[in-house]
Amino acid sequence: MTYVLGLRCRECGTDYPHEPLHVCDQCFGPLEVVYDYAAIARVLTRDAIAARPRNLWRYRELLPVRRDPVVGPYSGFTPLVKADRLATALGVEELYVKDDSVNHPTFSYKDRVVSVAVSKAIEFEFDTVSCASTGNLANSVSAHAARAGLNCFIFIPDNLEQGKIIGSAIYGPRTVAIRGNYDDVNRLCSEIADKYRWAFVNINIRPYYTEGAKTYGFEIAEQLGWRFPQHVIVPTAGGTILPKVAKAFKELEKIGLVRGTQPKIHSAQAGGCAPVIGALHRGSDLIEPVKPDTIAKSIAIGNPADGYYVLKAVRESGGWGEAVTDAEIVAGIHLLARTEGIFTEPAGGTTVAVTKKLIDLGRIPRNESIVISVTGNGYKTLEAVSASVASPFVINARLQEFDALYDSLAPQARRAAGHE
Amino acid sequence: MPVHVRIPTPLRRFTGGAEEVGAAGSTVGAVVNDLERQFTGIKERLCDEEGRVRRFVNIYLNGDDIRFLSNLETAVKEGDELSIVPAIAGG
Repeated sequence: MTYVLGLRCRECGTDYPHEPLHVCDQCFGPLEVVYDYAAIARVLTRDAIAARPRNLWRYRELLPVRRDPVVGPYSGFTPLVKADRLATALGVEELYVKDDSVNHPTFSYKDRVVSVAVSKAIEFEFDTVSCASTGNLANSVSAHAARAGLNCFIFIPDNLEQGKIIGSAIYGPRTVAIRGNYDDVNRLCSEIADKYRWAFVNINIRPYYTEGAKTYGFEIAEQLGWRFPQHVIVPTAGGTILPKVAKAFKELEKIGLVRGTQPKIHSAQAGGCAPVIGALHRGSDLIEPVKPDTIAKSIAIGNPADGYYVLKAVRESGGWGEAVTDAEIVAGIHLLARTEGIFTEPAGGTTVAVTKKLIDLGRIPRNESIVISVTGNGYKTLEAVSASVASPFVINARLQEFDALYDSLAPQARRAAGHE
Repeated sequence: MPVHVRIPTPLRRFTGGAEEVGAAGSTVGAVVNDLERQFTGIKERLCDEEGRVRRFVNIYLNGDDIRFLSNLETAVKEGDELSIVPAIAGG
């Protein structure tokens, strides 16, 4: 059973069939899945959802699949962590971290979109899946392709972190590193996608792929007891997740699962790659591309395809957005780790740092409920923090040596633990 | 022919299926006008009513986004390659 009616251009409204298409012939606008919400509202109840396994497919009527999904049976339904120590550090009352750093199987939010994309690739009978990626998407496509038994080609910039490169290579894809940045990779891939009949998850499968990101928003509302938070802070790279989280909240209201005021959605970018925040602050719809220069490589996309929709979703929701420096990003990673025991990559550090900035600027009132989106895992990007963490003390296996060390370093150790 | 223009799938019905065509002009804008002269209707797909490049269209001159150059005013010369690429998602 499917509730998908077809595809429609988000810009000019031209209708298209349920096929691997992604660009409107008329205006080049992106295509969006159209659902039969009235039919979904009749079947998708809170009780129906509660009875299902804890993965992203529990919202399957709101996802664009025609058959029982075979990909991603363990993806999604990541923890919504009540972050009281981080709340104290930021001076706010009610704070949560939606923690996709522990998403299955590759530790980023991409396991959601790829579960849907690879399911569609199988439905459309492709034998090869592919993507352009800053790392996390490649990791996820490689892993899901391996489990589905599909061929896999991934395309990445040639400057990625070791963890991101090996984190794909281990699954056995063909990896092609392009000399240049992500925007160069993307440009090449759109030409390759035109020529080879592959399922490029972020190109010809894009309308379906992006729908998977909605599950991040569905889960936030469900895990809060079917209510909306007042603020959600989401990192922005190509612009996929933020508009889809906004869409998720609207769909939950439309089918009657959640009532109440829609959340304000805020965008977080790294200062070294902030084309969307630039346009937001200028009050413009026109996103001027930039050449990225930041340690937050997973969100270093200078020419964000869906940046316009990020602006639209942020403005419609009454949210805002900020950019932060690399130093603030590293501080954000440390703060989250030391208060909540969650180790995120620089994209998550960006989101934490931007949240702090939005609170300090008064954009987010201290007494309102807040969800910080952590979309990736710090163990993949050790380079970003290796210079800013303490090295181990090296001693021989003798108690006396430890006693001497403890006596000499205890005050410093206490400081490091935040007790002084 | 001075400039080689790479045509993406959604526009190939204008070019009789050709993936690459030749076009003349001293700027990117002039090349787009020459494409329109050869393949009526193609410019409307690339540019909006005010003549600006549409939001979801990227044009690259020898691999560089023309928005980092001088947009439609960017100078082109014989042998240059112009790629027309729809915006794509990712990360």
